[in-house]
Amino acid sequence: MNLTSEHRTRRRIVNWIMEGLATLAALAAVALLVIVVGSIAKRGIGAIDFDFFMETPSFLAGFGNEPSGIANAIVGTFVIVGFAVLMALPVGVLAAIYLNEFAPRRIQTPMTVAFDVLNGIPAIVIGIFVFVFLVAGHGQAGIKGAFALAILMLPLVARSTQEVLALVPDAMREASLALGAPRWRTTLSVVLPMAVGGIITGATLATARVAGETAPLLFTTSLASNSVSWDPTNALASIPMFIFTSSEQADPALQEQAWGAALVLITFVLAASMVARAFGLRSRRRLSGGR
Amino acid sequence: MSVSYVSARMQLDPAELHGERPGQRDVAKENVFQIDGLTASYGRAPAIKDISFDVLGRTVTAIIGPSGCGKSTFIRCLNRMNDVIPGFHSEGEILFHGIDLQGKDVDPVSVRRRIGMVFQRPNPFPKSIFDNVAYGLRILGKKDNLGERVEHALKRAALWDEVKSRLRDSALALSGGQQQRLCIARAIAIEPDVILLDEPASALDPIATSSIEDLMHELKEHYTIVIVTHNMQQAARVADMTAFFSISEGEDGARHGVLVEYDETEKIFTNPSEKRTEDYVTGRFG
Amino acid sequence: MASATGSLSDPAALRRRGRFNPGDAVLYGLTLIAALSALVLLTLIARELISDAWPAMEEFGLGFLTSRTWNPTGNVFGAAPFLFGTALTSFGALLLAAPISIAIALFLTELAPRWLRGPVGALVEMLASVPSVVLGLWGILVMGPWIVDHVGPFLHRTLGWTPFFETAPAAGSSFLSAIAILTIMMVPIISSICRELFLNVPRELKEGALALGATRWELVKGVIFPYARAGMAAAMILGLGRAVGEAIAVTQVIGNNEAITWNLFDPGDTLASRIASSYQGATTHLMVSSLVYLAVILLAFSLVVNLLARVIVTRVAARQEGHT
Repeated sequence: MNLTSEHRTRRRIVNWIMEGLATLAALAAVALLVIVVGSIAKRGIGAIDFDFFMETPSFLAGFGNEPSGIANAIVGTFVIVGFAVLMALPVGVLAAIYLNEFAPRRIQTPMTVAFDVLNGIPAIVIGIFVFVFLVAGHGQAGIKGAFALAILMLPLVARSTQEVLALVPDAMREASLALGAPRWRTTLSVVLPMAVGGIITGATLATARVAGETAPLLFTTSLASNSVSWDPTNALASIPMFIFTSSEQADPALQEQAWGAALVLITFVLAASMVARAFGLRSRRRLSGGR
Repeated sequence: MSVSYVSARMQLDPAELHGERPGQRDVAKENVFQIDGLTASYGRAPAIKDISFDVLGRTVTAIIGPSGCGKSTFIRCLNRMNDVIPGFHSEGEILFHGIDLQGKDVDPVSVRRRIGMVFQRPNPFPKSIFDNVAYGLRILGKKDNLGERVEHALKRAALWDEVKSRLRDSALALSGGQQQRLCIARAIAIEPDVILLDEPASALDPIATSSIEDLMHELKEHYTIVIVTHNMQQAARVADMTAFFSISEGEDGARHGVLVEYDETEKIFTNPSEKRTEDYVTGRFG
Repeated sequence: MASATGSLSDPAALRRRGRFNPGDAVLYGLTLIAALSALVLLTLIARELISDAWPAMEEFGLGFLTSRTWNPTGNVFGAAPFLFGTALTSFGALLLAAPISIAIALFLTELAPRWLRGPVGALVEMLASVPSVVLGLWGILVMGPWIVDHVGPFLHRTLGWTPFFETAPAAGSSFLSAIAILTIMMVPIISSICRELFLNVPRELKEGALALGATRWELVKGVIFPYARAGMAAAMILGLGRAVGEAIAVTQVIGNNEAITWNLFDPGDTLASRIASSYQGATTHLMVSSLVYLAVILLAFSLVVNLLARVIVTRVAARQEGHT
């Protein structure tokens, strides 16, 4: 490398510029997050009051009507996401158990790839699939939306569970087998209890991800009534759908409701993600070394 | 509590075994294992070839030899632990009380209930001390008198006094030597006939090591012990019989383990028949 | 208390009961069925979508991909405007997101003081957890007006001679808004993958360059980039895949128009956003079928993206194993 003083200075300047750009980029990203979250908080906080959670919207009649709350959307999201978890969690965990504990190597890879491919399918395509498969000709229903969300959750749960299971040391499996425990007993009594923390973390993260999805619900559970309903056999309202439809309206009072709903949604998603990640870090540390 | 009282309480389910527990019979004169022509391979090349000898009951048999001579492979054949390794297969016979352990219709799970194993690195479950020892019992469905059985096992493993006041504490809080004795107690709790130990003290400090060695003398009163060790002095201290394995080269140049000599420990160390044995025990190689 | 026999009296004790332990068989069976679920779903998705798109596929064939007409009343449909829109918005966003993401990843791995890396990294990841509908809401009501009032006129003034900013910005909904939103969505994904990649560059390689007196930037350019090259390509591809599949945020800010134009201030549509905007109902069977046809195109694209990224990663992993 040329060490003449002139070159050295030029190299230093170039380096300095690049470092500056990198720092700027990082700052911009953080600033953007602050701006986005800040706008949501600022504009949404006005809509938040007790009624917001308790009342139902009354905006369908158009302008002049007092929009009041999103109780139906909250209940709907709760029911839809609840059913999605019920569908995806057992299947995902069982699949991960097969992939990590039982599958021979040459089968494990293609099957894992299948889950990765499923993961890469856009949410809107999944929504159209469920529409075509279950809704067309039969009508919308909360549970069908839940099914679409479950398809989105499945690869996430399977992958994160598989990762945790792989962290459980083989010495534990050996110890159990050497005591005359059959494979199923070893898996249920030794491996799973050790992995449970990580499984919960993965499931929570997947739930938080999926609770904010709109596209799978668009064609499966979007035409819902304004009243609070717990019945998944009919279309249910949901927070993401509420935000989506309200965002297209021009009524500023309605927009404020949308901001309020957005604030509720990201608070839930961000809080759940952070708690899950912190919890996951702790249980991962315990699994891989801490005594 | 007298020994016979406890033994009577510890009767195995009669449906599992007709007749009485071997522990009550004079098994010391008997061949617990009769190994004949055992050859084991991972994939194509054999790791050990043509091993043949007999293990006597209620004795401590040590397996010694340089690294790579297949001692671990051999001992893991005795309780079918190698089955979990993909690509493993073996030929030859291992007769356990007359039954070929490698027979097609033999259930490895049942084998492991009668032939227990303690590993090189202590591997207690991240559960309480009590739950570790009780694990095997619970699997067998022997939930009655769990407390007494656990206590009995911990006493036999010379650990009871140190942990009796903290049975519910995590096993991971114990020291290395204590954990290994816990693993021994865990194996003992299900009343096996044989205990296999694969270099049980190699991960422990000298004091912990000597506590394990002292235990061997007591344990052989009740169980047949086979212990793999790379430490010759240890073999000389604890074993009644010693088998010396070494590495041999086949025609294709592939190296595998073979049994060189098997005899009473004293003879192996003072007056071995084979030159290779003499070279090893005098430190000339290995 | 001596007794007669000296051997294990009941050999049956060691024998199997059946070929497998029943508990093992049950667990194995259950988990196998669960593991097959992904394959089953993939097959089902492909089959259902293709069969429902079939009427449109039969009617329009591959000409669907080049036809510019999307006319519900005339019952003629073509995907060209949306293919164009998808390409324009996704590649446009990639163009912006790539350098930004790489810069952020470099900042987090090479530049930032250790105590800063965790928090800043977490904040960037947090950007990824913002639901797309919320980002879209922000895009319509905050970013859109801002573009119309400030950024747009500036771009039009300075770059109005290019086909991209020909006209003055009219509304908040446009290709430009879509590109901006997609950029925001891509950056966390690409930067987190790149961050992993840069962390995995072997220390010896880096120390070698530093020992020769290289500046940090020269280290990046000469050592880190070449080493992580393929992984970065895979990250770009995955980010691209994400952008192509994004329906909600894009449909909120893109204006839903079937124009093919380079003018970024015009409204347009992508494959995903066109599907999303039709959720309130399609008028004819052929229209529904055409929408599903669009979904099939999206599905095919996502499969290609996924496999391509995977191939790149495995090829490079193999090559790097060979080197070390």
